[in-house]
Amino acid sequence: MTKPLDPTETAGLVVAPQLPDILPDRKPLKGVVGFCRRNPSIAIGAFLLAIMFVMAIAAPYLWTVDPTALAPSRRTRIPSADYWFGTDMFGRDIYSRVVYGARISLIVGFSVAILASIVGLVIGLVSGMVRWADSLIMRVIDGMMSIPPILLAIALMALTRGSVGNVIIAITIAEIPRVARLVRGVVLTLREQPYVEAAIAAGTRTPMLILRHILPNTFAPMSVQATYICASAMIVEAILSFIGAGIPPTIPSWGNIMADGRTLWQVKPHIVMFPAIFLSITVLAVNLVGDGLRDVLDPRMAKKI
Amino acid sequence: MNAPHRHSGPVLEVNDLKKHFAITGGFLSTVVGHVYAVDGVSFAIERGETLSLVGESGCGKSTVGKAILRLFTITDGQVVLNGERIDELSDAALRPLRQRIQVVFQDPFSSLNPRMRVRDILAEPITNFGLAKNKGEIDARLAKLMDKVGLPRDAVDRWPHEFSGGQRQRIGIARALAAEPDIIICDEAVSALDVSVKAQIVNLLCDLQQELGLALLFISHDLAIVEHMTHRVAVMYLGKIVEIGTRDAIFSAPMHPYTQALLSAVPVPDPEASRERILLTGDVPSPINPPKGCRFNTRCPHAFDRCRSEEPKLRMMAEKHEAACHLHDLPASENPVRREYKNNG
Repeated sequence: MTKPLDPTETAGLVVAPQLPDILPDRKPLKGVVGFCRRNPSIAIGAFLLAIMFVMAIAAPYLWTVDPTALAPSRRTRIPSADYWFGTDMFGRDIYSRVVYGARISLIVGFSVAILASIVGLVIGLVSGMVRWADSLIMRVIDGMMSIPPILLAIALMALTRGSVGNVIIAITIAEIPRVARLVRGVVLTLREQPYVEAAIAAGTRTPMLILRHILPNTFAPMSVQATYICASAMIVEAILSFIGAGIPPTIPSWGNIMADGRTLWQVKPHIVMFPAIFLSITVLAVNLVGDGLRDVLDPRMAKKI
Repeated sequence: MNAPHRHSGPVLEVNDLKKHFAITGGFLSTVVGHVYAVDGVSFAIERGETLSLVGESGCGKSTVGKAILRLFTITDGQVVLNGERIDELSDAALRPLRQRIQVVFQDPFSSLNPRMRVRDILAEPITNFGLAKNKGEIDARLAKLMDKVGLPRDAVDRWPHEFSGGQRQRIGIARALAAEPDIIICDEAVSALDVSVKAQIVNLLCDLQQELGLALLFISHDLAIVEHMTHRVAVMYLGKIVEIGTRDAIFSAPMHPYTQALLSAVPVPDPEASRERILLTGDVPSPINPPKGCRFNTRCPHAFDRCRSEEPKLRMMAEKHEAACHLHDLPASENPVRREYKNNG
């Protein structure tokens, strides 16, 4: 029953005034700047990590001296213009040792994250897809998880001699169960997703089903887990070196520097302090990236403060 | 295009289908019981026909659909597709036959892989079943599919999250059609959509059915929609079919007390209409431990001794109308559920 408005009828009506532009248009920032604005924790974490990477790669050019050069006459100096972070009980320059030590921490952290992700992904996929293998694999994983990762890594290192490669393998084995569990859980959820069932009905073979529908959807939770593993691996490496079960003492690593300074801790705290600060910053940076990544990839878990 | 082995009988037959899920517990995962989700269901669907499977939540309707699709192995019974038993086939032998049965799911958001473009989602069944030889043929088919479900052709290059629920459901239907099936199982296909979109999708399904001669197994709890679009109705309760018949028979002269209660709960868009409401008391009994005798006896307003001991079989009530209820053995004067067929315009 609509009829066109008669101009004589509308004459008496008050026309609502145009609303003023109270809210100016806010265009979301594009590009890197916008991304950093929206995800400050990733930006800060990535920035700190980038510094550590540059430091590790450019170690010989950052006014360092040979980190293993002994100089007994100049031992346990406190930080000064000549020795920025002081020297340890053998007179080695702690600044140079800390800068070179970044290499070990980053190599161990990222190698373990990548290796544990790959192996854990395969184990988790098999466990989630093959029903009869599941209970078997999961019992083994449960058994491994009942041992604290550090203890397991120490035990594994006790079986072999200390080297960077062995440390990486030992920590990887200790970290695999976490990835495998996560991937298995995700796979079990994905299998029940209607789009996976529709793909089965559409005649998709199992290998393709995994490749196309299941694997891509495990990457988001797995990459977040990988960052936590990376951070945890750096700490475990430092602990192993600290107790003398890790990297050989001849190679400067943050754990080794701390181990060397341990006995002098009460009189010369700077020996332990500098590697500890760098380790903390690096682990913090990796965790910041992980938290930010989790919020970006899974908005449901984002905690807005 | 593909050799359609046209077979004269029903496109799909289900004979005494059973699906019991084992409940495991304890240290060694020993079986401590079973969920009798589907416990002896039989029906047949003719070419171009819609059979609606209705019932409360948890009565096993969706399990029937998934059993036909062989998303799990069935416990017992037969699934016969175009005269050929498919429930015993190996996965590899079944794969080419999957082309004949497709599915549309309830939730339009989880039924499309968020990491695939519409093009890849729709091309999946086409390439799997070898319906196109090259990219050009695939593109031609995609365009045709998008036309059929009423979406713009260029939408194939978009991602699922760029569409609304109704549009996503159209993509889901297009994926089902892409395989050129004989039958589509619509598992609550419109339940998650709002009313106006629901009507569009139902009409789209009806149009496609007429155009392509599709059979539909329409699993739903929405009796208003079912009445609008179906040819026949099967009413399920606790894993069994209690009544099956043509739409007019079920809606005008239901013969099972459960069907009568279900129908009395459908809202009638007429404020003047007065009608008796049959209120069922209590909850659906657990399918882990279904009641003895007739499964409905715990909630049936007319249950008598025989219902608690003997399980009723489906029996012919009229032409193409079966119900499983002991009350029909009583003399007509004492039978509380006997209804006369109303003249259905």
